[in-house]
Amino acid sequence: MDMGYLAILIPLPLLAMALAVPVVARVRSGAAFPLSLAASVASTAASVLALAAVLEGGPLSYALGGWAPPVGIEYVVDHVAAFVAVVVTSVSTLVIIGTRRWAIREVGDRLGPFYGLVLLLLAGLSGMVVTGDLFNLFVFLEISSLAAYALVFMGGRAGMVAGFRYLMLGTIGGALYLLGVGYLYFATGTLNMADVARILEADSSGRAVAAGAVLIFTGLGIKMALVPLHLWLPDAYTYAPSSVNTLIAPVMTKVGAYAMLRMFLSVFPDGYLRDAVPVADALLVLGLAGIVLGSVAAMVQTDIRRMLAYSSVANLAMIAVGLGIGTPLALVAALLHIMNHAVMKAALFSSAASVRLATGFSAVGDVAGLGRRMPLTMAAFTLGAVSMIGIPPTAGFFSKWYMAQAGVAEGQWLVVVVVLGSSLMTAVYMFRVLERAYLHPQAPVVAGVAGAAPDAPGVPGAAESPADVVWPMMVLAAATVVLGVANVVIVTHVLEPGV
Amino acid sequence: MIDEIAARFPYWATAVLIVIGLYGMIAKRSLVKKLIGMNILQSAIILFFVAGSLREGASVPILFEGAPGARAEDFVNPLPHVLMLTAIVVGVAITGVALAFLVRLREEFGTLDEESLLEQVRR
Repeated sequence: MDMGYLAILIPLPLLAMALAVPVVARVRSGAAFPLSLAASVASTAASVLALAAVLEGGPLSYALGGWAPPVGIEYVVDHVAAFVAVVVTSVSTLVIIGTRRWAIREVGDRLGPFYGLVLLLLAGLSGMVVTGDLFNLFVFLEISSLAAYALVFMGGRAGMVAGFRYLMLGTIGGALYLLGVGYLYFATGTLNMADVARILEADSSGRAVAAGAVLIFTGLGIKMALVPLHLWLPDAYTYAPSSVNTLIAPVMTKVGAYAMLRMFLSVFPDGYLRDAVPVADALLVLGLAGIVLGSVAAMVQTDIRRMLAYSSVANLAMIAVGLGIGTPLALVAALLHIMNHAVMKAALFSSAASVRLATGFSAVGDVAGLGRRMPLTMAAFTLGAVSMIGIPPTAGFFSKWYMAQAGVAEGQWLVVVVVLGSSLMTAVYMFRVLERAYLHPQAPVVAGVAGAAPDAPGVPGAAESPADVVWPMMVLAAATVVLGVANVVIVTHVLEPGV
Repeated sequence: MIDEIAARFPYWATAVLIVIGLYGMIAKRSLVKKLIGMNILQSAIILFFVAGSLREGASVPILFEGAPGARAEDFVNPLPHVLMLTAIVVGVAITGVALAFLVRLREEFGTLDEESLLEQVRR
């Protein structure tokens, strides 16, 4: 049976509900959360079914509106797209459950518009994953970005300024991508990725194609916060509401990285981005620089969220390094790191949000003694941190292991040094938190103390966060171990056939 | 050089407009001027697409009853125009969101000057 319709069923529930939720919530604001959750679950189910169908019978394709590609817009789900779709939808479903209390606290009676934006963001991201059309990718990119700007803007005074700056930089990124697509279109006469690839395979000479490649990668580089285009990220992640940064930190930039990977896999011919245009070299150099810069910057941060944001910069740079090496093994490592980083960053940001929910604190120094007061939250943070450092058998170890192997195979010794060094640097900044949480005595908690968020005064004796905050976080934390143990299955069955 | 510019005037104009737009977004202190820079950048790209679809001596891409032998070379390429309709909608949406941001920022901070905004946030 033709299962192609599964491709469109991944973004569709999110998109439909994004329009419905703000309207329904005007009548019953309590309906916003269950409806959003239902849409997210439906989309996750469609992704899982699509992955199963792809594993069974190869890539799925859906012609939107019945217009056959390459004239019409084609939605394609291959191994890689199905894999990333499952990661994005399932992680965001867990995060939506876990951040419900924050959403109620932070947006109050505007839950309808808030969840509308959240769903629009996810619809854009999942659309980017499944589309097989260069211009359609631009539209979904801008849909998800617009929603993200508005969500970041909800984060109080600092969030407003961060949101506007994010909008400015993000729009430059989108505009450069569109310009690059224009060059490719005028060089090839088509927008369908497979068709572009076919035409470029025959003839990829010409400066227009090269200009298009450079512009597309610069634009996507801004969206995925590749050093030195990452300047929007730390402010946006730090000042966004806790219900927002827990969601955008794991998934948003990952999908930008995925779009880059898609350019390597299914738009430009093999080796073109290495030999004809030095895009791969640029990604490699900027990636290595980003790992070092992000890790060093993370070490000196005093706010946990800002520390995690710089750690994101370093980890996205790691994905860029994988693309830069460009061998199948390195691409597998990059894809695996997309999943691992999504899961562990979600666990880390969720536990940071849980700490802030129960105590009002977000500074590194303020977690002293929390290991005893909030054992589950800190356990989730520890698992996320251990995975981020890359200690086996957690998931983070394996993507770094594959990355280092790919570096060895290509004789890129600098990659090996930096990837292994990044584990050490991650250990430095993560253990600053863990040491305080487990080894320092608990600081006396005074309501309204300096450093506490004004909306959440420190509550003396406050214990663990409520169960519905804790269990999604524990699932994510447990997933770092499960995915680590199961990595061979994922790599041999899903990723290696895909790249 | 002059001949080269004259022959490909729309592309040179696009490049100049993109640079003007980026300059406005980066160098201007007023957020309104940054937004106008952003609009110039977006318009430049729309101009690029439309200029690229142009064909000397071709007609409007409408196939009517009794049209003499419809060959693709006789028509202007309509696809870039359609794409740019979508891009204009995207641009309007971004501008709308940005303007709403500016209204809220102005209410909250009483200014739209970037330096003084950042100063107020840091305090």
